[in-house]
Amino acid sequence: MTATWAWLVLLLPLLGSLTIGLTFKAIPDRAAGLVGIAAIVAAFVCGILALIGLQGEPSESRHVASTLWEYASVGGFEIDLGIYVDPLSIFMVLVVTGVSSLIHIYSYSYMKSDQGYHRFFSYLNFFVFSMLVLVLAGNFIMLIVGWALVGFASYALISYWYRRNTATKAGMKAFVINVVGDIGLYLAAILIFKEVGAISYGEVFEKAPEVFQTNEWSIVAICLCLLVGAFAKSAQMPFHTWLADAMEGPTPVSSLIHAATMVTAGVYLIARCHPLFELAPTAADVAAFVGLVTLLIAGTIAIAVTDLKRIIAYSTMSQIGYMFVGVGIGAYSAGMFHLMTHAFFKALLFMAAGSVISAMANMQDIDKMKGFKRAMPFTAAMLIIGALALSGFPGTSGWFSKDEIIDFAHFRGGMYDWMWVGMLIGAFMTAIYSFRIIFRILPGPACKEAEYLEQHGHVIHGEPRNPATGEAEDTEVGYPGEEHHIAEQAGGMKFAMGVLGALALVGGLVQIPGVTEVITRFLEPTFEHSVFSHMHPSNSEAWTGLIEGAVISIAGIATAWLLYIKRPDLPARFRQTFKAVHTLCVNKWYGDEIVDFLIVNPVKALGRFANRVFERFVVDGATAGVAGLTRSAGAAVRDLQSGMLRGYAALMLFGILAIVVYFLIRSA
Amino acid sequence: MDIEWYVVLSALLFTIGLIGVLVRRNPVVVLLCLELMLSAGALAMLAFSRMLGNQDGQVFVLIVLVVAACEVVVGLGLVVAMYRRRLPLDVDEMKELKG
Repeated sequence: MTATWAWLVLLLPLLGSLTIGLTFKAIPDRAAGLVGIAAIVAAFVCGILALIGLQGEPSESRHVASTLWEYASVGGFEIDLGIYVDPLSIFMVLVVTGVSSLIHIYSYSYMKSDQGYHRFFSYLNFFVFSMLVLVLAGNFIMLIVGWALVGFASYALISYWYRRNTATKAGMKAFVINVVGDIGLYLAAILIFKEVGAISYGEVFEKAPEVFQTNEWSIVAICLCLLVGAFAKSAQMPFHTWLADAMEGPTPVSSLIHAATMVTAGVYLIARCHPLFELAPTAADVAAFVGLVTLLIAGTIAIAVTDLKRIIAYSTMSQIGYMFVGVGIGAYSAGMFHLMTHAFFKALLFMAAGSVISAMANMQDIDKMKGFKRAMPFTAAMLIIGALALSGFPGTSGWFSKDEIIDFAHFRGGMYDWMWVGMLIGAFMTAIYSFRIIFRILPGPACKEAEYLEQHGHVIHGEPRNPATGEAEDTEVGYPGEEHHIAEQAGGMKFAMGVLGALALVGGLVQIPGVTEVITRFLEPTFEHSVFSHMHPSNSEAWTGLIEGAVISIAGIATAWLLYIKRPDLPARFRQTFKAVHTLCVNKWYGDEIVDFLIVNPVKALGRFANRVFERFVVDGATAGVAGLTRSAGAAVRDLQSGMLRGYAALMLFGILAIVVYFLIRSA
Repeated sequence: MDIEWYVVLSALLFTIGLIGVLVRRNPVVVLLCLELMLSAGALAMLAFSRMLGNQDGQVFVLIVLVVAACEVVVGLGLVVAMYRRRLPLDVDEMKELKG
């Protein structure tokens, strides 16, 4: 029964996407939105039913593999269209469909005046379908299929406003970098099949401990290839550059794909393949180390940039860095727990940011925003809740989840103590940049847009301009439409944000050390064979960690208050004194430039060489040579084609005569 | 009667047809001569079939007749088309397919 519900979870979003896509212009826009919402909510309900079915099993047999049919069976290589349902995948299914439902409801209002309403909801449903394929996949081939589909859905949604030059470019960039990750995954799957001789999760994880020695080069290679895929999808160094550009997509997309679900796929992958990573501790350390570097660098960038959505995007990178450290050092359930709470508060922050951006008539620069506290009380409250949860304020969901990861690093000790210190510094920066948003946008004298909203009760009418380049926009393909929608005036947005706000506040209560620990116990069947499953800090250690986290979070918020409210001249002075550091951070540590220098430019140079030399002399030479040969051969015999009918007849006669004479002579 | 007579007659008819095709310029006459050549071939086939005492040759002749009829239909169709478009009825003038 569990498997049936899980298959329905997959089927419903696909049906939704097809229905909306195929009824374009046949059903009204609103209906398309409702179909989209219904499909995802129904999938969520099916997910819950699958969960109930799964919990009914005894804990040691709490996993179900189900196969619909066989794709191919060649020489022992069997590819099934199969899913694997266990607590981990159900956990992901519930997070994905739950948050997606709310984001669909939000989009229903937010995208109201967009011309491409059908297209938007069709893509959105398709994305949810792909993500569910990814998390429910029962073997590495299905995983790759889901992985690639998610990449495509992300591309389609980033480039959703396809007349916007920057958006199409950002979409291509995201797609290309994701494909690099896909290649890592392909290589990993090939190596796994070569070494283990199986491709389905159950068999691979069962046989792996017999096949591989710990830290043998082949298992390390497999895990590193998996990590390439995980890093690219989750925007970790050095594949992080696409995520900030992906903010060109509509805000609900940033909220859904680039905060709550898709970018966490890498974390899921590592947690899913933990039996492999535990055989290759080196690769797991690489994952944790890259996560640490990313979380620190992204934190510094988030403090420096001024584009509202990009600040949140860099904070996403940073928080995913925490999750990578978590699953890298063996704190699997803590990593997954942070994934869940992050989905709540980051989706909420993006939604609130979308509301503010609407009120600014699509301007995203926080330098221009000020004093929205009175004009948008609801959005302001939600922004504050999101920022509190993000910075790990005591009692909020982020406090429990982030500090559980941080604490585990300290618990493991040794070199992980360095990670512990790094993550504490990261937590401090998190608090600063979260409250930088709050203190820059909400208090103070109202800016022109906020004042207009306050006095007239509706959003100021802005010129349709690209926020990044200032170019005039093509309003035909949408560009959030002529009308902008803010949470205060749109029921759907308000509902979605309210639910997420509540979850961001109290979602952490399911995992209070020593009291509830629901997530750990729920995920236990998946991780029971893990070497880390019975290693966890004692309750007093955990609470010490939480208190440390609370102190750091409050210190960070206080620092932000000092910098942006009490002494607003300090950031400017800091910028002047440490010009080089500021330039480095504002330019995102030159990530794009480094990639350009190392990869893009050499490839371009190779392309130019191929174009100038190879194309001209070899390819053109070969084709021109063949063409010339044919032409001269034709010229040689063209005189025979006189067009004279009687001439042809005579030629035929002499030809046949010649043949007859030849055979007569031969036979004689 | 000896087979030679038939073969000689067939050869004569064939030669007349051939010369007609090569020499005459009126497409109608060219078509007539073509028919003559086909008939000459058919006659030779009939004669040899009779000599050898089996029916294969006769069957071939029937097929040749059918093909000849078809060919005449196409040929005469062309002639009519040429006439309708007031083109000169002269095969030497029709040489647009010159390479």
